[in-house]
Amino acid sequence: MWTKWNTYATGDFFDELMSSPGNPRKPARKLVSYLKTLSDKDIAARKLAAEATVRDMGVTFTVYSDEGNIDRAWPFDIVPRTISKQQWEVTAAGLKQRLQALNMFIDDLYHKQKIVKDKVLPAYILEQSKNFRKECVGISPPFGVWAHICGTDLVRDKDGEFYVLEDNLRVPSGVAYMLENRAITKRILPEVFEIADIAPVDDYPARLFDTLRSLSPRKVKKPVIVVLTPGIYNSAYFEHAFLAQQMGAELVEGSDLIVQDDTVYMKTISGLERVDVIYRRIDDLFLDPEVFNKESTLGVAGILRAWKKGNVALANAPGAGVADDKVVYAFVPQIIKYYLDQDAIVPNVETYLCYDDKQREYVLANLDKLVVKPANESGGYGMLVGPHSTKKDRETFAGLIKANPRNYIAQPTLALSTAPTIIGKSDLEPRHLDLRPFILQAENQYVTTGGLTRVALRKGSLVVNSSQGGGSKDTWIVDTEAK
Amino acid sequence: MLSKVAERVYWIARYLERVENTARLVGVYDNLLFDLPRTVEFGWFNLVQINSAQEDFLERYKVKDERNVVKFMLGDANNPSSVVSSLKMIRENVRTTMDVVPGEAWELINELSIYVNDNIQQGIGRSQRNVFLDEIVKGSQQINGLLYGTMPHDAAWYFIRLGRNLERADMTTRLLDAGAAALLQMERDESTVNVEQLIWGNVLRSVGADQSYRRTTRSAVEGEDVVYYLLEDAQFPRTIAHCLNALADSAKKLPRSKELVDFLIKLQENIFDDIDYNNLGEPLREYLNDLQQDLASIHSAIARTWFPEV
Repeated sequence: MWTKWNTYATGDFFDELMSSPGNPRKPARKLVSYLKTLSDKDIAARKLAAEATVRDMGVTFTVYSDEGNIDRAWPFDIVPRTISKQQWEVTAAGLKQRLQALNMFIDDLYHKQKIVKDKVLPAYILEQSKNFRKECVGISPPFGVWAHICGTDLVRDKDGEFYVLEDNLRVPSGVAYMLENRAITKRILPEVFEIADIAPVDDYPARLFDTLRSLSPRKVKKPVIVVLTPGIYNSAYFEHAFLAQQMGAELVEGSDLIVQDDTVYMKTISGLERVDVIYRRIDDLFLDPEVFNKESTLGVAGILRAWKKGNVALANAPGAGVADDKVVYAFVPQIIKYYLDQDAIVPNVETYLCYDDKQREYVLANLDKLVVKPANESGGYGMLVGPHSTKKDRETFAGLIKANPRNYIAQPTLALSTAPTIIGKSDLEPRHLDLRPFILQAENQYVTTGGLTRVALRKGSLVVNSSQGGGSKDTWIVDTEAK
Repeated sequence: MLSKVAERVYWIARYLERVENTARLVGVYDNLLFDLPRTVEFGWFNLVQINSAQEDFLERYKVKDERNVVKFMLGDANNPSSVVSSLKMIRENVRTTMDVVPGEAWELINELSIYVNDNIQQGIGRSQRNVFLDEIVKGSQQINGLLYGTMPHDAAWYFIRLGRNLERADMTTRLLDAGAAALLQMERDESTVNVEQLIWGNVLRSVGADQSYRRTTRSAVEGEDVVYYLLEDAQFPRTIAHCLNALADSAKKLPRSKELVDFLIKLQENIFDDIDYNNLGEPLREYLNDLQQDLASIHSAIARTWFPEV
């Protein structure tokens, strides 16, 4: 008997699985009662089996270090995180609503900029936006959609509600790990799948394929779809290869493509072959040395010309990142109201804009309680976590904020929810986590069932990024009303 | 199919073949050295020589003994042809061609790499070397079996076949060369006849051809027959004749291949003209050396036809 469940202390946070020691929440009941029947030894053995599976499956991420790039095995905790289907349906609707509004917002910014003229979005935000691409003004991509693939980070606060922490609209990663996590769990805990009603996750690649195919400028039966990767040294290379494989698409690097007569071709054994849709996993600035970063060897010269002429589709469209800005984030509830005349279904985390004098004053006076983030970074870099900071850190950030207030926002330190995580051989301790679902939009919309759960493996830590000591768990959407 | 992917898939097959053949080669040497009379001076360093890797070896090792040679061949990451290096190259290439290679191949290659890295000491020491080498051969065959059983016979498949057969032909020339070299070293010895049988018997075993040789030729193991068999037999899958045939056949199935196919057909017509089966010493070694050059030019022609420009 794995008895650690009876003494597992949920602490001062919302725990995803347990409402109190020994009492699982409804979606976790079958899981926990099954896990309890295992012995400590079984658990230790399954944990080892999971590690071996991860190694065999070659699930890795790349860490950059002074000694070169290292492929590390994906840190995986075998205890899944459960969410009820009923709650998830509401959240999923909120995610669709959000992406729909954000796409209307981006399209507006590259056309009439009505939202600025109507003074819903302050003009300074657009004027000082790092990711607004003037080269994209006036372009109308298919369905008016710019961000086709979005990874939205959700957190649960003490009250058990989901909040949006940020929207990743540039080249969000992690979905392959979501799929691999499920594949691993099926091998490690096959028995639970027989007793609990767990929604499958594996249709994502097919949905992604449909989304990409619908963007093809040539209306042919089998458009040529490619995944454009920066190459094996990119931290998400595993995912690029995985998605290409799952979709039956070609995995290409910039050097495999060439633009002639404003049309993109790939170099094949039979000569040049026209490319219709590019799922690009390269940042805007490296995409086309003709237009953006001249030094870039990752991109393809002329690709933007081909896109502007409508000869090739790019997903996500260049310039979509204008909405991937933490200052814009603060306005998303107003953006939803403005374009859809609806209230946001999933709320934002309370956010202070340092550009606003009053709000900045508050932020500077409360740096020890707040989390400060730069507007355009990702991967958890360049942040100040107030309660874990030193006086010197806070002084540094106070200086940064005063020098460039547009570039900083602050949020209260959240009491991120926790879930039981195996520590050592078979001990069970709460660890903080978040959730990144993936949302697709072209002609139709789609949300993953659940998403990628990332766990901060260090005790008390709130940083879930794999590059900084994070791990992950399988995410189960459980139908608690199924017969 | 992308030119770059074609190139990578081709190298997967070559390295896979190299892993299996290197394991076989070390295994055969192990056996051979047990059987040879102690008076025969026949060292492990020959293994390095037949792989044309003397320079690489001498850069890092002073003593040409069993331990160093076996370490160099199996576990030395600095030797680009060692088993661990080849496995690493296979992994890199599979990782970058996951869209055309069956998904299970990725798992199998990971398993084999992990096994080899975890147990490399077994291979270097003598007592469990056989088990270790067997596992490598089995692991390679498992991957080849998977490819045979699950890959559609599209372009990727024919590039795999090109790589496999070119590497195989190359290794067969090297194994024959090993036999010829060994023979030259012991010409003055009394027990030559007996030793000759031992050596050629082992050459046959190293490519797994001993059984089929006997059934086909219905004769005892003799140098002349063995060399003829491994060069010109059309049925056994590791002979030069068979490999060349497979190369031409695969090339035909691929686009833009006319020039290469013509070249291969011409080669098939006259490649055995210069061999003298009555003289298996130095002239054979020279012939084999020329053969290796021909194989290298086939590789260049393949690269020129389909691979990305450098």
